[in-house]
Amino acid sequence: MSANGSGIGASVKRKEDTRFLTGRGRYTDDINLPGQLYGYILRSPVAHANIGGIDTSAAAAAPGVHAIFTGSDMEGVGGIPTGWLIHSKDGEPMVEPGHPALALGKVRYVGDCVAIVVAETSEQAKSAANLIEVDYQELPAVASIEAAEADGAAQVFDEAPGNVCYDWEVGDRAATDAAFEEATHVVSIDVVNNRLIPNAIEPRAAIANYDPATGDYTLYTTSQNPHLIRLLLGAFVLGLPEHKLRIVAPDVGGGFGSKIPHYAEEAILTWTAGQLGRPVKWTCERIDAFKSDTHGRDHISTARLALDADGKFLGLHVSTKANLGAYLSTFATCVPTYLYGILFAGPYTTPAVYCEVKSFFTNTVPVDALRGAGRPEATYLLERLVEKAAVELGMDRVEIRRKNFIREFPYQTPVALQYDQGDYDATLDLALKASDWAGFEARRAESAARGKCRGIGISTFIEACGIAPSAVVGSLGARAGLYESGSVRVHPTGSVSVFTGTHSHGQGHETTFAQIVSDMLGVDFEAVDVVHGDSAKIPFGMGTYGSRSLAVGGTAIYLAVEKVIEKGKKIAAHLLEASAEDIEFENGSFTVAGTDRSKSLGEVALTAYVPHNYPAGLEPGLEETAFYDPLNFTFPAGTHVAEVEVDPETGEVEVVAVTGADDVGRIINPMIVDGQLHGGLAHGIGQALLEECLYQDDGQLQTGSYLDYTMPRAADLPSFNINHNTTLCTHNPLGVKGVGEVGSIGVPPAVINAVIDALRPLGVNDMAMPATSQRVWQAIQQAQG
Amino acid sequence: MNDFTYHAPTSLDDAVAALRGDGGAKLIAGGHSLLPVMKLNLAAPSALVSLAGVPGLGDIADGGDSVTVGAMCSHAQVAGSAVVQARIPALAAMADGIGDAQVRNAGTIGGSVAHNDPAADYPAACVALGATIVTDRREVHADDFFQGMFATALADDEVVTAVRFPVPGRAAYAKFANPASKYAVAGVMVADGPAGVRVAVTGASGDGVFRVAEMEAALGASFSGEAVAGVAVSSDGMLSDTAAGADYRAHLVTVMAKRAVEACG
Repeated sequence: MSANGSGIGASVKRKEDTRFLTGRGRYTDDINLPGQLYGYILRSPVAHANIGGIDTSAAAAAPGVHAIFTGSDMEGVGGIPTGWLIHSKDGEPMVEPGHPALALGKVRYVGDCVAIVVAETSEQAKSAANLIEVDYQELPAVASIEAAEADGAAQVFDEAPGNVCYDWEVGDRAATDAAFEEATHVVSIDVVNNRLIPNAIEPRAAIANYDPATGDYTLYTTSQNPHLIRLLLGAFVLGLPEHKLRIVAPDVGGGFGSKIPHYAEEAILTWTAGQLGRPVKWTCERIDAFKSDTHGRDHISTARLALDADGKFLGLHVSTKANLGAYLSTFATCVPTYLYGILFAGPYTTPAVYCEVKSFFTNTVPVDALRGAGRPEATYLLERLVEKAAVELGMDRVEIRRKNFIREFPYQTPVALQYDQGDYDATLDLALKASDWAGFEARRAESAARGKCRGIGISTFIEACGIAPSAVVGSLGARAGLYESGSVRVHPTGSVSVFTGTHSHGQGHETTFAQIVSDMLGVDFEAVDVVHGDSAKIPFGMGTYGSRSLAVGGTAIYLAVEKVIEKGKKIAAHLLEASAEDIEFENGSFTVAGTDRSKSLGEVALTAYVPHNYPAGLEPGLEETAFYDPLNFTFPAGTHVAEVEVDPETGEVEVVAVTGADDVGRIINPMIVDGQLHGGLAHGIGQALLEECLYQDDGQLQTGSYLDYTMPRAADLPSFNINHNTTLCTHNPLGVKGVGEVGSIGVPPAVINAVIDALRPLGVNDMAMPATSQRVWQAIQQAQG
Repeated sequence: MNDFTYHAPTSLDDAVAALRGDGGAKLIAGGHSLLPVMKLNLAAPSALVSLAGVPGLGDIADGGDSVTVGAMCSHAQVAGSAVVQARIPALAAMADGIGDAQVRNAGTIGGSVAHNDPAADYPAACVALGATIVTDRREVHADDFFQGMFATALADDEVVTAVRFPVPGRAAYAKFANPASKYAVAGVMVADGPAGVRVAVTGASGDGVFRVAEMEAALGASFSGEAVAGVAVSSDGMLSDTAAGADYRAHLVTVMAKRAVEACG
């Protein structure tokens, strides 16, 4: 930690909270441009229909209406692209149907964009939209994986027979089959990973502007990755060169993955602004967010684990069906493959692992990344299966995990990943101690005396974060890897602006990154500001998701600071009449080694911009940029323990304790790290107990508002017991791994394992997520016969 | 939301006149039921007549053997009232469990009983306690007031002004709330008062609040949790949604009834 107490390792209060907590944040909906109009998106009320015709005449005549555009108006504009090409087992590329921004001839889910109405006010636009008459010629819908794969199922796309997008695999099938032939025990499990709706607190919004004088487009949008939006919108949809398209993602109120994708509304707004020559603003209402923000998860899986007589894992075979929704969203195809199948070694030495994933189109909202994105699905399946194996073999469920832990690093898994570092015994031991695992039976008895069933559950897991090393994912067939840029500009008076291609929408980058730069350059924390979210200001950026911002974006900044220091040494050498090789930099001072002759960073910066007598080859200025492509994923790991109390009369589950022992690599700001863990744990408990997106068979969304979709509230959660055991990532200079998704990845299986543990005395041996009170009650009724 | 006229009368007479002057007008109190459906265009009144400026509707009065709660009293006001807490603590506790803090600060008892949402809490309290609903022109016993889902004895131009609750010997409310909306899935008020033992259930039935005669009889014989624990209610006519099917709701009615009895002490 630096001397001023705000460097690496200090729990500095967040810079950004001053504006957030005083109502001075500037979100997309806060932005208003002169002469702006308001757009309202008319959405399909049916899941699957041919559009016989659209009559906009009454709406066009309504007060305040400037324009109405439908799919036919945008015909010829590019469709919404997807970012990841997946190849099936047979080597064929996935089926990649078109996705018109405004539905063209057909709607494919409730919420599909049908028209935009542009009016003087948002109320006028919405009222006029109600006057549009659309002739929906309804078709049978497929609203689930089961429906999509049924014989004779309706086809979402003619070019995708059986509604299959791809049938992918990873791992060595033959070796895995051989492992099962040798096995003493085989344990099987069927699990569903429940579909979730992300529910960021800020609904999506956008305001687009076109300047006819310059031909420049500007789009303010609620995005986690503005440069990616510029790339997709510019190059693939509208055909605009990057220098004519600026994307700004200002303050964004939560993303959780739902603000990664390039959405149709962004294309519609930008195109409409170009057509009208006036700014057009759109703010999604919550009721529309439920049916138009991308959803998450939605897997059906069956898996088998082969074990020897001692409980050592020999092989794992996973077959998963994934729901991709009606169109391929930006990361949709990658989430159930590259972010899922390659996780199945977990923290275990299983020598043979095979995973196959068949994905389906359905008449539902497109599915994309949601906090964890693939890794929660893999971890849930694996930790439920390992727990079940312990029970079926009569082994201690801690010991079965310990028996199979990886202990030698680097470790090459059978599913592409190479773990660089970890200490799974240490986090396990820490979690057992911190949760008083040994004292559980006394607590169970105490609960039983009050008529409650108490259970305890555990999950030991790894993640693959810091996505994504181009070399690794490229070897698996991905179209692109994911590097990051960082620029560091030291101003003449020694203050610093840091430009990052990552985007902060709750993560606290403005604080964490400032701590790193402050620490490295020896300047005041307050003298460092972090700039993000504007394609006109940042060289390039891949954005924020997959717990990548610190490991990838932070490393880019680190490398840029190193370049600044190298440049500063040259300037200092000139000023001190020494050789650059003899200059040392420490605590903000450049010193000639072995002397007391030094120049402060401020002095060096000032002369960098007021250069006198600079020698040839020494450029003025003190600003450097680094692009960093990670060498590997990072592998946060940990153990989560959940303790629950079930009311057998009502089926209610109360989470009474959650203990986390996490290894997230070096911690820059402990307070922010714990906050991220808390948020992830809340998210994970939400999935385990409360959240479930349900569709009717006809494709109508049943859980389309907060009347029916249960978000976790503070009262649903215990006070979290967070513990850390740190090993450093070996392949980035900060030794950092990532923390944003830990809770949502690690805790769901711990909670469900705890619920089953609580109910096993009543004869319940399985439980689906979410373990709602009704589902628990029904399971008890069934078990009791 | 469509455009509408907003009336802010300062007397009950003016409020009634405004209702009579516009067939599409609706009264608005806390607005916690009406505004959400207006935002969804499921209701589009041509005018709103606010009761906020009408004096005399926000008082809680101790009448000795009864407590009268003004129609515009918020749930938080009822929950925090020293009079209600002293005389009918079950009513204060029930009000304290409605929705969330925002709902309790804005929603009113008059709005709740006039709306008669089948999952609202107040109807169970009114029926179990044998309350009288007082309007601008008459008094209606709770037994006659609630007439099925969203239906009451109120005329179109009639305004609830207060609810008068007889003070019971003992009473308690137990609710199983929908995890998402916090509305009652099964809310049971048990009261042992001047009119005998009453068990009133909200949240469970498609017909709104109802009494369970078999439980009342069992409690009349023996006022104990065990007396009702074995009394099952039929799932016929029960509401069913994603959080609770009819069977589960019927089961919860019995569990909540038992817990309410036990909470009576």
